[in-house]
Amino acid sequence: MDGLLGPAGAQYREEGRRAVTAVAAAATAYLRIAGLTKRFTAHLAVDGVSLDIPRGDILALLGPSGSGKTTTLRLLAGFETPDSGRIEVDGEEVTRTPVAGRRFGMVFQHYALFPHLDVGGNVAFGLESLGVPAAERASRVAAALEMVELSGLERRAVSALSGGQQQRVALARALAPAPRVLLLDEPLSNLDPALRERTRRELRSLIRRIGITTILVTHEQEEAFDLADHVALLRSGRLMQVGTPEELYQTPASSFVARFIGRASVVPVQVVAHLESVARVQLLSAPAPWDVPHSGPLSGPCELYTRPEALSLVEPNEQVLTGVVHERRFLGARALFLVALSSGATLEVESAPLAAGIGDRVGVVPHGAGLHLFAPDPA
Amino acid sequence: MKGRNRRELLGLGLLLLLSWLVVYPLAIVLVEAVGGPGKWTLEAVRRFVGEGNEWRALGASLGLSVASAVGAALVGIPLGVLTTSIAFPGRRIVSTLLGLPAVLPPLVGVLAFLFLYGETGFAAHLVQRLTGLDEAPWRLQGVGAVLLVHVATMYVYFYLFTRAGLSGLDPSLAEAAAALGATRWQTFKRVTLPLLRPALAGAGLLVFMTSLASFSAPYIFGGGFRVMTTQITATKLNGDDRLAMVETAALLIVALIGLLLLRATEGKADATGARKGVGPAPARVVRPMARLGATVLGWVAALVLALPLATLILVSFVPRGTWTMEPLPPVYSLVNYRTMLNEPSRLAPILTSLWMAGVATAGALLLAIAVAVLSRRGRVRSGALLEGLMALPWAVPGTVFAIALATTMSIHAPWVGRFVLVGTIWILPLAYLVRNLPIAGRAVLTGFRQLDPSLEEAGASLGAGRGRILRRITLPLLRPALAAGASLAFVTAFGDFVTSIMLYTYDTRPISIEVLSSLRQADVGQAAAFGVVLMALSAAVFFLAGEGQGTTG
Repeated sequence: MDGLLGPAGAQYREEGRRAVTAVAAAATAYLRIAGLTKRFTAHLAVDGVSLDIPRGDILALLGPSGSGKTTTLRLLAGFETPDSGRIEVDGEEVTRTPVAGRRFGMVFQHYALFPHLDVGGNVAFGLESLGVPAAERASRVAAALEMVELSGLERRAVSALSGGQQQRVALARALAPAPRVLLLDEPLSNLDPALRERTRRELRSLIRRIGITTILVTHEQEEAFDLADHVALLRSGRLMQVGTPEELYQTPASSFVARFIGRASVVPVQVVAHLESVARVQLLSAPAPWDVPHSGPLSGPCELYTRPEALSLVEPNEQVLTGVVHERRFLGARALFLVALSSGATLEVESAPLAAGIGDRVGVVPHGAGLHLFAPDPA
Repeated sequence: MKGRNRRELLGLGLLLLLSWLVVYPLAIVLVEAVGGPGKWTLEAVRRFVGEGNEWRALGASLGLSVASAVGAALVGIPLGVLTTSIAFPGRRIVSTLLGLPAVLPPLVGVLAFLFLYGETGFAAHLVQRLTGLDEAPWRLQGVGAVLLVHVATMYVYFYLFTRAGLSGLDPSLAEAAAALGATRWQTFKRVTLPLLRPALAGAGLLVFMTSLASFSAPYIFGGGFRVMTTQITATKLNGDDRLAMVETAALLIVALIGLLLLRATEGKADATGARKGVGPAPARVVRPMARLGATVLGWVAALVLALPLATLILVSFVPRGTWTMEPLPPVYSLVNYRTMLNEPSRLAPILTSLWMAGVATAGALLLAIAVAVLSRRGRVRSGALLEGLMALPWAVPGTVFAIALATTMSIHAPWVGRFVLVGTIWILPLAYLVRNLPIAGRAVLTGFRQLDPSLEEAGASLGAGRGRILRRITLPLLRPALAAGASLAFVTAFGDFVTSIMLYTYDTRPISIEVLSSLRQADVGQAAAFGVVLMALSAAVFFLAGEGQGTTG
């Protein structure tokens, strides 16, 4: 896990865990989505999505393109009207409330800053809609800009700002009218990678400081894990799993989740026995079966998903599964080894960088968590 | 859902209005051509079909249009390539001069041509003087003259489309061809030209349609050579209304076929637009001899094509009756301009044209915005139809529409949407408005297409209602498009001659009619002065619109 996210990720994970426990205690949903469905002429874009989001929670809608995450966000914002389902915020139903009446703040993927207004004009726009008097408006614009560390830039043209500054103006504009919910559509996708990580950190601490309930759309797992308290994984308009990043990684509910979240190798196996909460599976070329934590009735041919850190490289011998190292990806403290088995399958194993070289014959053994067994995916 | 129903209702209302403005008069022409309700007769159609003159005029229209397109291509494409891709001194000035005819009212172009190359123009004077001939060395009349004027004014479509197409091409395509061993000529023939083809096909049909509807040039230079537009006018003047209807219907049908062809090519034109943030290839530096050739060619072409305008300005300073046999006018004064300002009867046409064009432009722009908002943002069911109706008048030759409007609006029958407007001050603004619809519509719709919808969504998410979004976001952002559409529409209406000559009365005579009547009274200087005013105001409007665009960038 830490290997994937780096030390910074680990630190945030800790913070996140504390926050989640805090909101879990509050328990009641602030933003409630029930059975949300939207059909466009040809296909079902959102298919019965239900989510309960506590006040102050940050939820990431994660999924591949075409999974319906952006449509879900647009339904929340009110740009689209659902065919069925309900949206409630703070006990008030807003399913068919016009966009302007929802008091949801939104940051658009390309920011959608008004090019004919300056920074101050952009940030003041929502306050004008609310009828905030001019004097108060100016101070609230200044406060919003200060919040995103752009104090004094009111009269600057938006075209004169850098990408990162534009993103922050968009955020200040969305937050200035004190919305009930903040919606972020791929908030970092327009920034170059170097800037992205820093902006992500600032964004996270800002949202957390304000304590606003936030829904963000992203197709990048790292971004979702880093920013969000909870992640909702979507596929073809359906909600596949929702939970903390840890839950999604450690106990994926389906093979799709196991594949989409984190790295996983897939090998076909045969379930040979069921013990208590453990399934004994036989890999094609392994001399002995492996025990996989699993409860539930599975039998016959299945698929085994293995995290790289759940496997170890050992000296090859008669008792263990063996293969040949095909690739080695150096990651710094660790390395990823791609081991080709004689059955034709490959396994990705994380180990010390000098554990083996390309072409070496190695043994692979499982240890601990990180093995997930699923019935073959029909899709 | 309530809002949705209201939008649909508004859409239907607008549909009714546009149908009444655009389709209804044309339908009346088609009906009246065969006698109209109660007295159906094919008598006029039979006369049209049996008459050789009619077929000759129709053939002449088609032939002239094809020849104009070919001629304009032969002049416009090489000039477009020359000014885009070869570096030579004064290239920018030459490019601007060559683009001038695009902003000139057709009548001004014709007039300027007449003063320079006509039988009493400067060129003829000069040749006569040099050769000692007793009479003018040539007569600028007949099919050749019309074709010459067409090519000299319509090459600009090919020229501009070629330039736009070339600057829209990704230079790495040509570089890729070069890397694959193609010579420059091979690259041009095998890569550049095929990629330009949709743009060139568009320009070709544009010239074809413009030439088909052309009236000024055949009217003034045609002599005995008749095309459909002048034939219709002549028939109408002879009082044979029924036959004029059949002729109008025939020209309308040909024009609509042209429109369908244009639509078919426009769909494919997107292919050339396919490039991402890459700048156009810079002009190429060539060998000294080639550079000299390019310089001479560019400047000569620019001068030949821009010289008539200089002539027009010169002639506008010549007082009446002072210039007879001399190669250059002996007397220059501001008297023509002074007359224009001091004599109310001379000033009136300018003011009339200004207010009529202003009203027509404002009306067309409002309709275009309404259509665009309902169709592109309200997504009403009638959207496509509304946009189609708005574009239709473009394909209808001015003569056809003028006849149609004159026929429809000469009867008082309010319950079928006919009012007596002929002879009132409202007929010309109405005609200009309908003729301006496609120009305004195209500009506004293009503006909407380039407008990121998330900007309006951002406004809504910040609590702004529909009205406020339109006022504070949509319209300000559309300003460049609106300015471009308004200036083009205004200039078109301001310089209109084709519909005006059919519909004007003495009290509502616009500037173009005054040009013609000055010319008829042999007051050449006065005609030129009016032409210069037309040209100058048109240029000023364009300049102002361009300035407006600069500030909103």
